[in-house]
Amino acid sequence: MSQALLREIIDYANRANPYPLYEELRKTPVSHDGDGPYVVSTYYEIHSLLHDPRISSDAKNLKATGDDLLGDQSDEEGTTLPPSFLKLDPPDHDRLRRMTNRPFGPPHAPHRVHDMREELGGLVSGLIDGIRETGQLDRIDLVDQFAYPFPVTVICRLLGIPREDEPRFHVWAETLAASLDPDPDADPTQRGQGSMDARMELGMYLAGLIEERRKNPGDDMLSQLATADGPDGAMTTMEALSTSALLLIAGHETTVNLITNGMLTLLRFPEVLERLRHDPDLAVPIVEELLRYEPPVQLLPQRTTLSDVEVAGVTIPKGASVWLMLASGNRDPKRFEDPDRFDPDRKDIQHLGLGSGIHSCFGAPLARQEAQLALSELARRLENPRLLEDPPQYRQNSVLRGPRHLQIACDGIRP
Amino acid sequence: MTGAGTHDGSLERLKSEGRIVVVGASLAGLRAAETMRDKGFTGSLTMIGDEPYEPYDRPPLSKQVLLGNAVADHTALPRRRAIDADWRLGVPATGLDMAARRVRLGNGDEVEYDRLLIATGVRARPWPNPEEGALKGVFVLRTRDDGEGLQRALAAGPRRVLVIGAGFTGSEIASACRERGLDVTVAERGDAPLVGALGGVIGAVAAEMHRENGVDLRTGVMVTSLEGDPSGRVRAAHLSDGSTVEAEVVVVSLGAQRNTEWLAGSGLGAGPRGIACDAGCRAFDVRGIVTDDIYVAGDVARSPHALFGYQFLSLEHWGNAVAQADTAAHNMLSNSADRRPHLWVPAFWSSQFGVNIKSVGVPPMGTEILITQGSLAERRFAAVYGYQGRLIAAVTFDNCRWLPFYEQQIESTAPFPPPFSTVDRRAEGAKPLPADFPDPSVPTHGPTITLSGYSPADRKMTFTPGR
Ligand SMILES: Cc1cc2nc3c(=O)[nH]c(=O)nc-3n(C[C@H](O)[C@H](O)[C@H](O)COP(=O)(O)OP(=O)(O)OC[C@H]3O[C@@H](n4cnc5c(N)ncnc54)[C@H](O)[C@@H]3O)c2cc1C
Repeated sequence: MSQALLREIIDYANRANPYPLYEELRKTPVSHDGDGPYVVSTYYEIHSLLHDPRISSDAKNLKATGDDLLGDQSDEEGTTLPPSFLKLDPPDHDRLRRMTNRPFGPPHAPHRVHDMREELGGLVSGLIDGIRETGQLDRIDLVDQFAYPFPVTVICRLLGIPREDEPRFHVWAETLAASLDPDPDADPTQRGQGSMDARMELGMYLAGLIEERRKNPGDDMLSQLATADGPDGAMTTMEALSTSALLLIAGHETTVNLITNGMLTLLRFPEVLERLRHDPDLAVPIVEELLRYEPPVQLLPQRTTLSDVEVAGVTIPKGASVWLMLASGNRDPKRFEDPDRFDPDRKDIQHLGLGSGIHSCFGAPLARQEAQLALSELARRLENPRLLEDPPQYRQNSVLRGPRHLQIACDGIRP
Repeated sequence: MTGAGTHDGSLERLKSEGRIVVVGASLAGLRAAETMRDKGFTGSLTMIGDEPYEPYDRPPLSKQVLLGNAVADHTALPRRRAIDADWRLGVPATGLDMAARRVRLGNGDEVEYDRLLIATGVRARPWPNPEEGALKGVFVLRTRDDGEGLQRALAAGPRRVLVIGAGFTGSEIASACRERGLDVTVAERGDAPLVGALGGVIGAVAAEMHRENGVDLRTGVMVTSLEGDPSGRVRAAHLSDGSTVEAEVVVVSLGAQRNTEWLAGSGLGAGPRGIACDAGCRAFDVRGIVTDDIYVAGDVARSPHALFGYQFLSLEHWGNAVAQADTAAHNMLSNSADRRPHLWVPAFWSSQFGVNIKSVGVPPMGTEILITQGSLAERRFAAVYGYQGRLIAAVTFDNCRWLPFYEQQIESTAPFPPPFSTVDRRAEGAKPLPADFPDPSVPTHGPTITLSGYSPADRKMTFTPGR
């Protein structure tokens, strides 16, 4: 691989279809040149590194590589808010994730996500009703009118964040999501400063809420994170802040893309959309296949080696930066038959769309449920939906990849 | 029918109209039968089992069943497919005529076979004194009936339970008792629970787990006798240190014995250590010659493993029974060139006191141990075992997500101590410690893995050729 190929992948011009570039990339399972990162693009190699304890997610372990062509990724260095568990190794990662899981999933809260089903259904219906009420069915922006507001509202309800504050945290969230994007042309210092400020402001905003919940706890997750006292003790205020910031941002920046990529794909495969319209249960395998075929998180650019690690005949030296190209691994023909085909009937679908190993997507059960509900309801209610623009306009981000707008039209909206 | 390996159509005949007999209708037997049908075997299949039940799962017996969360008779093994077999349940096999290819049953019947699979497993080692063992309130735990009886005894709320032997099963029983709020004493001959399986370093962690959870753990002692009351109920146990424990329920958890007695005199290489077989699951006869029509799988088998110096391994592991059954079934229906070895890396799990314990490889072969991740004190760690500079096994407590990595290290004969650094390495993982296994010549409660190859230290043999 040449650094040029990586640049092409990051280049916005190729955002709509990076898959041919991934195919090129897979010719060298582990590629590296110059000062750049070690880029791992094939399924089995990515999978094994995701389960390898010699790989760290903590940016502090990254050897300063001097003049890194792709800019410094450690946006959190020097901010007052400590890194979230996404960017920590065990034991801190394990402890914080465990504590966060107590109010969220099994064994202590086995019903939380399931019990939200009705509420989610109500939100989805409300948003689709809202589109109908505008009376403008010849130009619907599915992102602004549906795919964005839905998960944002969900994560706000879950955490107990006032929905009215959305315009405020939207700006911070955008800035922080953008900081994940390894854009070689952005000025790293400026960008670093921007994301530092955004994190700071988001932190201060959440600190206010947490303070309030400590006094008046409700049954939202923010209250539980602020007051919990399980076998691991309580979170410090800083830990509660960075954890809730992570949940808030990761809780919607990715689901928007999952839903939008999903609808885009279904509109490109109208026969699957039609099947889904008649059989909402098909949403389960459809969402799994989407996570393989068009994953909302395309790559993980934050890993570091703690030792020399040999992968596919290449020794990645200690302290190197490693990029795991999840979306590429998901289309590896050595792992999946006919990988470029969108096939919701696929039986064997251990995809990398939600990662794997200890950092595998924390919100996966919620994201799955949201996407399943959203797609099956859209399929059921929109009459004769069609794309107005293909490919649509994409967001800048190459990591969190998805359309910025998805312009569609339909003939009517069923009740 | 002639042996497989020839191209005279005998294999096809075996597959279409042969007679296959499986002795031992439990996990390994069932899975093998399913595989045979999957591979297109359409001949007659006879499943012989001495228990009156269809195949059921044993691991829940010492976990969910004892807690009352599952009912013993609801642990039937899920069927992967229909196997269309002639079931002979509740009847033991009592003999084998290798020359006539016939299995004798306890009810006088005889069943002929073209291929035989032996999967008779192990049974609980009983209390050595039969009279004391027959007292009411004294249990072992191997079968569904054992599980059912013990669960009822625990549900009755005994004032104290005594568990004799702190291997995996004994520890799980103690854990279940504590979870039910029962007072429990554990007596263990070794220095700590689980020492036979995981060594002294991990045993010390297990001991702490027992004590912190309120188990009255006594180590380095033996129970010398059980005492009953006039009605024939157990009331107390006497220990080698002179003490007495009053208990209404006593669980004897002293490991297992292989179910091979029915093969005595048959000429098959079967004895107290199991049935020896080659890597392809073909049984050896007493002369060390491999048979071509008798196969072995599961707890009763001992077979050589390439990764562990071709030592014979006897494993009491659920996953091994499944994998070995699959290989045996495949080989039973294959020509010699298509046969494959059983190369499963030993793997075992347990759950006790709320902690998930898993191991891969052969810990008792290790002489040294290194804590690679986490900390013993937190009871959340990964540790690896070394043998002559090689990584030979790994164990995790509440940290099993890293286990596949260590399994890969074992499979690739990685060096020990590991030359790499990992996330969550603590100061205590700086250098290897002696693994501290008890002397293997002293029997323990049952280590779940036994290295049963010939050892040069074994001086009991006389070589008398030609006699
Ligand atoms: C309480 C308990 C907990 C366990 N927990 C775990 C665990 O957590 N993890 C794990 O990996 N493993 C565990 N195991 C071990 C696991 O259950 C065994 O490895 C597995 O059952 C082996 O299967 P098998 O078919 O080889 O033998 P078995 O299950 O022992 O089956 C052999 C069958 O053959 C029958 N039989 C014996 N002699 C004859 C004869 N002459 N004629 C006819 N039939 C005969 C026996 O009665 C039995 O039904 C546990 C076992 C027990 C008892």
